[in-house]
Amino acid sequence: MQWETVIGLEVHLQLATVSKIFSGSATTFGAEPNTQASAVDLAMPGMLPVLNEQAVHFAVLFGLGIGAEIGMRSVFDRKNYFYPDLPKGYQISQFQHPIVGTGTFEIQLEDGSTRDIGITRAHLEEDAGKSLHEDFHGQTGIDLNRAGTPLLEIVSEPDLRSAAEAVAYLKAMHSLVTYLGISDGNMAEGSMRCDINISLRPVGTETLGTRAEIKNVNSFRFVEKAIHHEFARQADILEDGGKIVQETRLYDADKDETRSMRSKEVANDYRYFPEPDLLPIVIEDDYVEALRQQLPELPVQKRHRFVEQYALGNYDANVLASSRELADYFEAVVAGCGDAKIAANWVQGDLLGQLNRSELSLGASPVSAEALAGLITRILDNSISGKIAKQVFEAMWQGEGSADEVIAARGLQQVSDSGELESMVDEVIAGSAAQVEQYLAADEGKRKKLVGYFVGQVMKLSKGQANPKMVNELLAKKLS
Amino acid sequence: MAIEQDEIEKIAELARIRIGDDQIGQVTQRITEILGMVDQLQAVDTSDVEPMANPLDATQRLRADAVTEVNRREAFQAIAPAVENGLYLVPKVID
Repeated sequence: MQWETVIGLEVHLQLATVSKIFSGSATTFGAEPNTQASAVDLAMPGMLPVLNEQAVHFAVLFGLGIGAEIGMRSVFDRKNYFYPDLPKGYQISQFQHPIVGTGTFEIQLEDGSTRDIGITRAHLEEDAGKSLHEDFHGQTGIDLNRAGTPLLEIVSEPDLRSAAEAVAYLKAMHSLVTYLGISDGNMAEGSMRCDINISLRPVGTETLGTRAEIKNVNSFRFVEKAIHHEFARQADILEDGGKIVQETRLYDADKDETRSMRSKEVANDYRYFPEPDLLPIVIEDDYVEALRQQLPELPVQKRHRFVEQYALGNYDANVLASSRELADYFEAVVAGCGDAKIAANWVQGDLLGQLNRSELSLGASPVSAEALAGLITRILDNSISGKIAKQVFEAMWQGEGSADEVIAARGLQQVSDSGELESMVDEVIAGSAAQVEQYLAADEGKRKKLVGYFVGQVMKLSKGQANPKMVNELLAKKLS
Repeated sequence: MAIEQDEIEKIAELARIRIGDDQIGQVTQRITEILGMVDQLQAVDTSDVEPMANPLDATQRLRADAVTEVNRREAFQAIAPAVENGLYLVPKVID
């Protein structure tokens, strides 16, 4: 049978506040264990939570970023479960009245097509601590530095249909939240984690199948692999006439498999009730309007603008608009050289390629946008060929100076002197009697192919510096 | 609304409360009585009443996003039953 995958994602986004959501403890990553855990985070008796205004601010910004309804009166609830890294015995979360209501979110797929994905809600909550199960003589070590870190849980509708769509959604979400500046989006440090709800149904049917939930996946690649694996597992069960059990599963990246977390099954009954220690949060219209005014140009808007203003393809526009930094860099290159298409190719190809290979971020690039624009300018004015430009770029990357400096120092200036070119063309023709004969005997169509040989020889003779356009013209004239 | 004994047992387990076999019948009976009261309240027409999340007629005050706490790990860990390398130790829990 042909199966359709139905996926909904819950993204847990760590908000970029300096202090915790309900206490004045720091949220710095990588601190010594339990040095950022105050009496509130440790659930000492009598401690009361006080809400961080920045967390509310970020949540509302997110809501505006996806065009969602803002919960003008939202309420915190207690989600009850027992685990040693949750000292209170409950997590403060939002259940019935979240701060962000329904919205939609446009994602773009590899082929450049777009889809709107429904957002069910987004709510504020606190993170739990961390349990370390190794090396404590059969005991578990608890670090509560992360307890109380502000999270925004973003819940999507089951609108995604493949691993590729799920990854596109997460990338677009990553791009949005970093544009908004509400999270550092650092997945390796756990700033963006996701739970995957996945079920299968026969293609062409509408009823949702029973789903499994895969917890805590923290990279785009693992999301893709976990979905592929879970699809295969569920399809096997269904094709054998079996039934999917609704359960929580864990993705094990080392073994590339998902496995059941049995102990959570019984506990999956959180007995939510309103948090008596916190009053409802009321948001005023003026506040929302003020934040709306502060919204930057968002990735989707920027992408559409790039397509219109610079005549870029959807795919290119999507890559270049994926981060604010990259988009700014690209626009600075365009401003400096005046050709968006070539700028897009260089930024996406050579620049991003080198950054990847050198494991550098854009901010640490040895070639600035202005310097890259300088290089492209020399291609556009025919000082150098595209091929030589790659060599110049390499030298610029190594710190040999601006494009003009490298071209001068290495003598790479394109030869456009007709006299000089003519003598090279003559030399090649003189040394290629057999090819000339073949060329003269060939018909028009074949000649076009054969001329490539002569161009190649001239380029070789000039060490790649001959102006190819002029070489072609000269050859056409001399060989006729 | 009546509640069954096995539901009481499940809630007790979720809340980590031990109820002895000799007491479970009585607890079930009492909770059923409380639910009877709830039924009585449910019967009241509340269509004109706004739902209330908190009895105080006030809204949440917010604090500025600033670090105000210092590291007091030593004091907190002095009263913990077991610590090692700055971590609190608990009986092994693993999924």
